[in-house]
Amino acid sequence: MNTAATPTSVLYNKLTGVWGRNVVIGIPLAFLLAFFLLPFLVVFKISVSEMDNVVFKDLIIWSDGILQLKVKLGNYIFIAQDDLYFKTYISSLKFAGITTAICLLIAYPFAYFMARSPADKRPALLMLVMLPFWTSFLLRVYAWKMLLADNGVFNNVAMQIGLISEPLKMMNTPFSLVLGMVYTYLPFMILPLYANLVKMDLRLLEAALDLGATPWQTFWRITVPLSKSGIIAGSMLVFIPCVGEFVIPELLGGPQTLMIGRVLWDEFFSNNDWPMAATVAVVMVLLIIVPLALFNKYQAESTAGGRR
Amino acid sequence: MAIVSNPNAPVPKPSAAPFLQIKHVVKQFDDVFAVDDVSLDVQQGEIFALLGSSGCGKSTLLRMLAGFELPTSGQIFLAGQDIVGLAPYERPINMMFQSYALFPHLSVWENIAFGLKRDRMPKLEIEARVEQMLDLVQLKQYAKRKPHQLSGGQQQRVALARSLAKRPKLLLLDEPLGALDAKLRERTQLELVDIIEKVGVTCVMVTHDQEEAMTMATRIGVMSEGKILQIGRPSDIYETPNCRFVADFIGSVNLFKGAVEVDQPDHVVIASPECKHYVSHGITGTSGMTVHVAVRPEKMTIQKGLPSDEERESLEEVGFNIAQGIIKDLAYLGSLTTYHVQLDGSSTIVKVTHTNAARHDATHLTWGDKVYVWWCGSDVVVLTS
Repeated sequence: MNTAATPTSVLYNKLTGVWGRNVVIGIPLAFLLAFFLLPFLVVFKISVSEMDNVVFKDLIIWSDGILQLKVKLGNYIFIAQDDLYFKTYISSLKFAGITTAICLLIAYPFAYFMARSPADKRPALLMLVMLPFWTSFLLRVYAWKMLLADNGVFNNVAMQIGLISEPLKMMNTPFSLVLGMVYTYLPFMILPLYANLVKMDLRLLEAALDLGATPWQTFWRITVPLSKSGIIAGSMLVFIPCVGEFVIPELLGGPQTLMIGRVLWDEFFSNNDWPMAATVAVVMVLLIIVPLALFNKYQAESTAGGRR
Repeated sequence: MAIVSNPNAPVPKPSAAPFLQIKHVVKQFDDVFAVDDVSLDVQQGEIFALLGSSGCGKSTLLRMLAGFELPTSGQIFLAGQDIVGLAPYERPINMMFQSYALFPHLSVWENIAFGLKRDRMPKLEIEARVEQMLDLVQLKQYAKRKPHQLSGGQQQRVALARSLAKRPKLLLLDEPLGALDAKLRERTQLELVDIIEKVGVTCVMVTHDQEEAMTMATRIGVMSEGKILQIGRPSDIYETPNCRFVADFIGSVNLFKGAVEVDQPDHVVIASPECKHYVSHGITGTSGMTVHVAVRPEKMTIQKGLPSDEERESLEEVGFNIAQGIIKDLAYLGSLTTYHVQLDGSSTIVKVTHTNAARHDATHLTWGDKVYVWWCGSDVVVLTS
């Protein structure tokens, strides 16, 4: 939208100038540049480096008037050809996807009723959502180990009351992995959804009812489309860290739940193959960033001429 | 309480059974009566305005008609059917919301079609109806736009088209023009009435703007503190208010408190500290009772000298009142000037408006001038409450 000529923006420009705006945008940009882009480039460099025992060989060599650029693509070719990596990536995306979907299913009604609850109760509910953050993430994941183990709390109780005759295998299965990830990441889905739903103009819902939409239709035709940005934000906040998650698969996962975070760990610390680990990491980042960038571009286009 | 100030005014006759009947409706929020025993009838094809300041209960009453609030007690009949138990989506009533509540994610076309789609109307019929509505509000070329790409006036028309698309039996307007600026509002008022009359829908509107109510409505109900104080045509409400609140709320008024001194069938005299008021019609009151005399500023004449002999002659036929005072303040408003005159021997200030009919006013009244103010006994309203 064209907002250039509004009086406030004129005033704003006079007060701060283009310079002020650049500084405000520039600080986080510089931060990302220094602590994300540069390290990523270092990782990328390692991924295409050759090892000479424990030293990386230089990529660019200058000798006898010849400038040599040596880029080792062997690791990338290996990843492309080796089934294991491909399957691990797919399985990571799958578990992250399942986790995101379940989080959304649980978080949406939760956020919805939180946003519709009396205004004086909302801070307390919000507090409850954030309460788990007050204890260590590691401790909480460990606690699930105790609960889900073959002789853990759940199995013991279920056997005591005669619900099952022998322990259910819950630990180190896809079930325990997804449960752990849903448990951990649920607040990251709830909060953006809540922030979106609480701002929603309730008169729009009344307008829909007035025009003959049942409450159910109103929900699907008005509430859900209008909360799209909250759904997208929440899904990204859950999906992206889940793809690269290491701790939860390590503690709660099992042989069937190979995830790329663990492969990465193994390459670094068990195999000590830094270039290979770096390659795995670079591919993972690309796997996430490329679809996101495409998605963002599509979003920007569909709202072009867009919101005020 | 009934003051027969203008006994010749025809009262709108209820022909058949009223189309919309509100019977003893009460809405209580905790201890507060938002709507307190309101009964009113609206005839088919009427534009009825509920007028009142914010918090008077007019919006709550409208929301009960739409079905968003449930009356604590009372009944609402629409075309003979009790609608109190019906959910908003089951009522043949549509509302144009304050600041419109257009769906931001849907285009103009989809906004108008929204209600029709919920009725599972065949696709071709929906298309025809939406086209017809777009024609009606002259927005054909904007069908594909999103609401935020339209101006305030265009959004208002989309909202109107959306609320008319289902051909409701009753149209509700909640502060229909409140979001528009003054110039646009004036034009839109008449446009809106034109469209509503073309469609022939019965209409209940809510507004705090008396000018809007008087321009658009066939009848007005003045509300205060949950009660309806007076129902009548705009001219009834203005010229024969039934209580001080209505007289003061609609337009500007000078009120004098006094006691009935002479009570005759054809005239009364009321003594107030400022002057004696001759009223050239009878009132239903008794001698000695305390009443208020209301005179509209435009019914008063202001002049430096006493009325001329000819003027006096014609004035005396109907009986008149005259007072002397000093101009304390004046407000020049272009079309008219309002003088604030302090009457002699009291602290009472009366407002007198003078139409600036000529470009150069010969009277040259200004601050501090000693003036005479007079008004006819037939232009006075006596209020007992």
